[in-house]
Amino acid sequence: MLSDIDRRRLLKRTAAGASALLLGGCDRLSNTAWFTRLIGRAQSLDAAVQPALTGGYAMAPEFSEADLSTPFKSNGTSNPDNADYQALAQKAFADWRLEVTGLVDRPASLSLAELRALPARTQITRHDCVEGWSCIGKWTGARLGALLDQVGPKSAARYVVFFCADTMERTLDAGEVKYYESIDLAGAYHPQTILAYDMNDAPLAIPYGAPLRLRDERQLGYKMAKYIMRIELVDSFAGIAGGRGGFWEDRGYEWYAGI
Amino acid sequence: MASPSEREKTVSRERIYRHRVPVRLGHWINVFCMAILLMSGLQIFNAHPALYWGSRSRFDDPVLQLAANRDAAGQPHGITTVFGYSVDTTGVLGLSADGSGAATARGFPSWATIPGPQWLAMGRRWHFFFAWLFVVNGALYLLWSMLSGHLHRDLLPSRREAGHIGRSLWDHLRFRFPRGEAAKRYNVLQKLAYLIVVFGVVPVLILAGLAMSPRLDAGYPFLPALFGGRQSARTIHFVCAFALVLFTLIHVAMVLVSGVWNNLRSMVTGRYVIIEEKGRVE
Repeated sequence: MLSDIDRRRLLKRTAAGASALLLGGCDRLSNTAWFTRLIGRAQSLDAAVQPALTGGYAMAPEFSEADLSTPFKSNGTSNPDNADYQALAQKAFADWRLEVTGLVDRPASLSLAELRALPARTQITRHDCVEGWSCIGKWTGARLGALLDQVGPKSAARYVVFFCADTMERTLDAGEVKYYESIDLAGAYHPQTILAYDMNDAPLAIPYGAPLRLRDERQLGYKMAKYIMRIELVDSFAGIAGGRGGFWEDRGYEWYAGI
Repeated sequence: MASPSEREKTVSRERIYRHRVPVRLGHWINVFCMAILLMSGLQIFNAHPALYWGSRSRFDDPVLQLAANRDAAGQPHGITTVFGYSVDTTGVLGLSADGSGAATARGFPSWATIPGPQWLAMGRRWHFFFAWLFVVNGALYLLWSMLSGHLHRDLLPSRREAGHIGRSLWDHLRFRFPRGEAAKRYNVLQKLAYLIVVFGVVPVLILAGLAMSPRLDAGYPFLPALFGGRQSARTIHFVCAFALVLFTLIHVAMVLVSGVWNNLRSMVTGRYVIIEEKGRVE
């Protein structure tokens, strides 16, 4: 017969064992390719269901000046630590140019002044980080759709890829790994999708992506590339870095960030 | 000396079919989903272990915050702050041992999260997969409950029962549970608890979860507005999750004290034994 103490100890050990097994099992499954692919499918389902439910033109909620976050949290890179970028920053980005390449009829190279001459939009929107927090900022920028009309996407083009100045990792084999992101063409033509050069009525500051960042208000913050240097239109992500369409996507985050 | 009535007491055991297949299946899928959703949810929460009220995060004015701070001697502490009141929760909240035993700054401890180590992308995968399973399972249960009459017959309290809420509460507090004929049905407190969860807590939790999606907020601006903003929705999602934890704790406690094997068997095979003591004067 078990004494009460023995029984209690046995129960406790059984519970601890069961939970360790469950947790250990979950951790092992998290490192199992077929399983993570399977549970990742749910977000592919979201990527199909959410746009179908909301339509292509639904606008993200906009706010008033009274709602602005002061300060607005700067996340990810707050000051790219490479010489090329610092040289551009020193001259207030006077020498900076945005290259537009890839599957377009008229590749272009634009100065900040030329970008400011494009049809623009100002919007006060909520920035939702994948970590869970939100900040509200006022953004002014060139409509990406207007820029695309100017360069003329070829019919094969499906995605717009943003290549950035900020170095995320330095590795021996891959060298400098820089931030990049991508959105699809439908998202690029959404009226609120802008290449922002102003924030809260002042030129974009370095912690927020100077001189140019993406605003894609219906997705999470990691989609909104900062420090944009080059835009390329492509038909697939194969051959670009990890091949999943973005720096964080290459590290397990979903390409569709509407959720 | 025993009274004649006690000597003549007979005990009858009646086996009844208590839970039908959809209830049993739905119940265990729920147990599985809710455990994973809670723990992967805590993993996601840990990426920014603070809650706010409104549309945006007022970082200096959180509703709840689990942080790690150093004291004057340089010793790290886990500090939980709720509405401005702080408690030292070292070892569990704010600061706890990771897999290797090293003290780590993290909201909830690694034994409470899926996966154990800080890994937001993977936590999101688990959460969004099992959220679909949970919602589909819940929707099928609701549909079946309405079509089969389970909702009407077994869950909605009758007017007579509604008048007995106070008495039932008093009985529960003294750990006196319905016996005999009355034990064949859910009692009125049980009905109310299930109804509040099925039609209150879970729908609010799901809506608050959806309100955190920037894409859905664009299509349905009423979603965040319903809760007073996205950050409020995140807070309410968290509160609803812990309301379900509280419900589960009480539920399991009731199962334990009112006959654990009989209850468990009825939720596995459907069979429940009613023990009726005849001739006993109560």
